Amino acid sequence: MTTRPIAEDDLNAYVDEALDAERRAEVVAYLDTHPEVAERIAAYRAERDLLRAAFAPVVEEPLPPQLSLARMIEARRRPAGTPRWAMAAAAVLLLAIGGAGGWSLRGVDAAPSGGLLALGREAAASYAVFAPDEARPVEIRAENRAQLVAWTSRRLGRPVAIPDLASSGYRLMGGRVVATEHGPAALFMYDDDKGNRLVMFARPMTNGRDMPMAPHVQDGINGYTWADDGLGYSLVGAVAPGMLHPLADEVRRQIRSEA
Amino acid sequence: MTEMVRLIEPLIPALRRYARALLRDRAAADDLVQDCLERAIGRWHQRRADSEPRAWIFAILHNLAMTRLRRAASRPRPVAVEDVGEGDLANPASQEDGLRYRDLVSALSRLPDEQRTVLLLVCVEELSYAEAARVLDVPIGTVMSRLSRARERLHKAISDNPRPESAHPHLRRVK
Repeated sequence: MTTRPIAEDDLNAYVDEALDAERRAEVVAYLDTHPEVAERIAAYRAERDLLRAAFAPVVEEPLPPQLSLARMIEARRRPAGTPRWAMAAAAVLLLAIGGAGGWSLRGVDAAPSGGLLALGREAAASYAVFAPDEARPVEIRAENRAQLVAWTSRRLGRPVAIPDLASSGYRLMGGRVVATEHGPAALFMYDDDKGNRLVMFARPMTNGRDMPMAPHVQDGINGYTWADDGLGYSLVGAVAPGMLHPLADEVRRQIRSEA
Repeated sequence: MTEMVRLIEPLIPALRRYARALLRDRAAADDLVQDCLERAIGRWHQRRADSEPRAWIFAILHNLAMTRLRRAASRPRPVAVEDVGEGDLANPASQEDGLRYRDLVSALSRLPDEQRTVLLLVCVEELSYAEAARVLDVPIGTVMSRLSRARERLHKAISDNPRPESAHPHLRRVK
């Protein structure tokens, strides 16, 4: 009887238990007569088991609330007109995410003044000043988008992208450069058909680190704040967190895909 | 969408594990999984009905992770890989196991991405070669050759660099 020669792929498939019974028997017979190879294959198996064991605890951890698939689907389904029960649910979730967000920020951000907390405060303060303004909420209107991009990019010292939220029902009104304790920031304002306004706020981060998205709330103004590639972002508005979060995810997605 | 919850939700813990193994940071990994799930919801209806959900969602996560790692590599690293807290990576378990895990995870982190990913997908996530090929978007033959090189290199890294005896104080002989 002649058998096909044993190849490295057979040995790997043996480690991964991906061989049929016949081929497996041939590999076992080969290993019986080649102790050096057998030793290496035994080590591969041991290393595989060790790898599995090293990462096994992750699947035992309880899922954080932001990874609830049902909630994410629900948030997408509700572009406008949030019923009261959903607002209540969103408020509960905000508390839960706030806790998780706070945990993930622990020890990461040594200087809160340069971190997301300060950014969120600045974004909320700018919203409070400019969003209620009837006469001149923005300095440069959406018609002059190119001019707005050029101005904000020049003042922030790096290219700034203006996300498009039209598919979520929010149109760009325009924007301006605003002052913060940490230098100039870009403010872009959007509104929907009912006149609800959102502000997307961006400025360079002093520590330049990426930071995961975290919610914040100040005087009834909700926001989601994160940092990517040296720029900090905050999307703020007087809308429920459950509606704001998918919008913030969309903003982040667009900025990342342009980067 | 209830079908999506039924098929995808049980996979979320494994997605977190793969993301954590690649990024080695709990918050960044969960952020990536969230991003992955958002995209999966958006693309669920475009998915081919016969596509296997596990390979489909792992492919989304894998591509996001690779983009993320490439962007991180193009910037100076604020933290050295070796400085990452052990708790972010693995089971503290017993001291002995903890040290072995740390050696292994550290050796794993020094593999090129194409070897590290295939090793994690096949050994830890227990994907078939065909599934891994779909996730990585390469032929099965490439999966197998990468896997073979990855095993060889990981094994060499571990056996060439045995932990010094001082790391096992309980084994030291007292004279």
